[in-house]
Amino acid sequence: MSTHLPILPVLLPLLAGALLLLMRESGHGARALLAVLATLAQLGVALLLVAGTPGSPDTPTSAGIRVYALGGWPAPFGIVLVVDRLAGFMLSLTAILGLAAMIYALARWERAGSHFLPLFQFLLMGLNGAFLTGDLFNLFVFFEILLAASYGLALHGSGRMRVRAGLHYIVINLVASLVFLIAAALIYGLTGTLNMAEVAQRMPQLDADLRGLFDLAVFLLGLVFLVKAAAWPLNFWLPATYAAAAAPVGGVFALLTKVGIYGLLRISTLFGQDAAPAPFQGEWLFHFGLITLAVASLGVLSVQKLDRLAGFMILLSSGLLLAAFGFSGTRLTGPGLYYLASSVLGGGALFMLVELAERNRVPGNDFLAVSAEAFGLPDGEESPLAEETAGVAIPAAMAFLGLAFITCAVVLAGLPPFSGFVAKFALLRAALMTPGPQAWLFFAALLLSGLAGLIALSRLGIRVFWDRERPVPRLQLLEAGPVAALLLLCMLLAFGAGPALVWFETAATALHDSGTYIRAVLPTDAGVPP
Amino acid sequence: MEVIFSMAIGVLAGAGIYLLLRPRSFQVIMGLSLLSYAVNLFIFGMGRLATGAVPVLNGGVEGATYTDPVPQALVLTAIVIGFAVTALFLVVLLAARGLAGTDHVDSHEPEQE
Repeated sequence: MSTHLPILPVLLPLLAGALLLLMRESGHGARALLAVLATLAQLGVALLLVAGTPGSPDTPTSAGIRVYALGGWPAPFGIVLVVDRLAGFMLSLTAILGLAAMIYALARWERAGSHFLPLFQFLLMGLNGAFLTGDLFNLFVFFEILLAASYGLALHGSGRMRVRAGLHYIVINLVASLVFLIAAALIYGLTGTLNMAEVAQRMPQLDADLRGLFDLAVFLLGLVFLVKAAAWPLNFWLPATYAAAAAPVGGVFALLTKVGIYGLLRISTLFGQDAAPAPFQGEWLFHFGLITLAVASLGVLSVQKLDRLAGFMILLSSGLLLAAFGFSGTRLTGPGLYYLASSVLGGGALFMLVELAERNRVPGNDFLAVSAEAFGLPDGEESPLAEETAGVAIPAAMAFLGLAFITCAVVLAGLPPFSGFVAKFALLRAALMTPGPQAWLFFAALLLSGLAGLIALSRLGIRVFWDRERPVPRLQLLEAGPVAALLLLCMLLAFGAGPALVWFETAATALHDSGTYIRAVLPTDAGVPP
Repeated sequence: MEVIFSMAIGVLAGAGIYLLLRPRSFQVIMGLSLLSYAVNLFIFGMGRLATGAVPVLNGGVEGATYTDPVPQALVLTAIVIGFAVTALFLVVLLAARGLAGTDHVDSHEPEQE
């Protein structure tokens, strides 16, 4: 069984999603149970993969890299799934955030439209697959799966704003997918393979004139990932889409930009060694990260509504990650991964929290009212607007919201004592170890963007939470629980900062050691001259 | 053959990009379709162009006269995915048209000067 562990993160959501499609929409309890169980199982599998199961005879586990050949076809011919530390970490993060967002959605959002749960499972499948696969075209396919599901989820609940934002989102991503195809085809045409490890192996043997074309292909690939990661100037679609999306969808979309970051990390470490392709030489990624940070900082200062603020906070974390990974040298990768975990958990929590806090405002309720009408939700118990909501309401709602918001702000702005501070401190420390103008630029950008985030969060927080005329929202345990759990995880991440940072450092070292990756995927160097 | 093939791709891509930048959502979807034809042809071309060659090696075929089957499989996948996503986009387009009452991509007509 443990041999087939790496395929489970793809199979489980696929089966669960298919079953959910077949089940009646009216059977809420059974559907919810199935969805929660499937996501829990994914979390279990992801954690097992992270822990690793050394000693099982069938899995070639060299240096913590586990390779699963689909259908038993060996690497250059068949498609492989590769689990290294980074992939395992991203899988766990997906499962944690997915579980939280889904439980949150069960309280009411799931009923604001049809097929929320199956789409959600397919989104998880696409994410898991994209993190696992070791094949370039397979990566494209998983990207399409997660995007197709995300189109449906972005439009979940319908309404004019959502459809308009969704239209732009779909067009941008369709064009990005076409560019991805061009890049993948070019790489195949030049190297004769789509296996990422084999591409990395053949890359140095290309002729000089073909090498230029290969660099172009990798540049196009990087461009696609930058669109997903929302780097400036490819990010104008993000705030509108994320603000318009339903709260749990926005929460899980916090992870979607990180898929782009993951893709960039993967191809830049694999295709970026000794004779790096042109796109990964030089500092341009670092500077684009800085510009993204600057744009996002201006954005957070300019917005008037909490939901748009959450979108810009995602942009902020993307920019910081791009700057950290684009920083010359590999020292920032480990702390960068720690920051990624912290910002994804905090950002996801912020999206859900914003919707809870803004629920009683009229503009926020427009969409819900429209969709409730469109889908014929009965008034009374299940109506989102009714005073009496189903489920267990928790007392002291405003106190909880305020406390959670402060924690969220502290995590995202990077103040002590939570994980955001540890992450930024570790990043700064690593940056200052390589002195130079780059380090100081990074230093200034990180602190200034943190300040901008803090100002924006506290300004809007004051407006929302110290407003006497605002009625106190009713909170259900199902909605407050996931938010609290995500924030609790941020705290745990801070308390266990020492071991966590060491772990991420090891993951970063393994990531940058592309030779081991290639040897694990292609055990025999048959047919390739040394 | 290569020249004609690449010119076809160029014309399709050019027309596609022009239409993609137009303000009406129908033009955008036509542009996306043309662009995806161009990309599909491009993938096909990456397996090198050959006429009268078989994609699957059998006993009697020499190694030099076959055409690479992998891009053909890739094109097939790309076509299917592109088709599905275009259909989905069409639905969103109709929904936007119905909700906004206009087919402008920004869901409102620009101000007349």
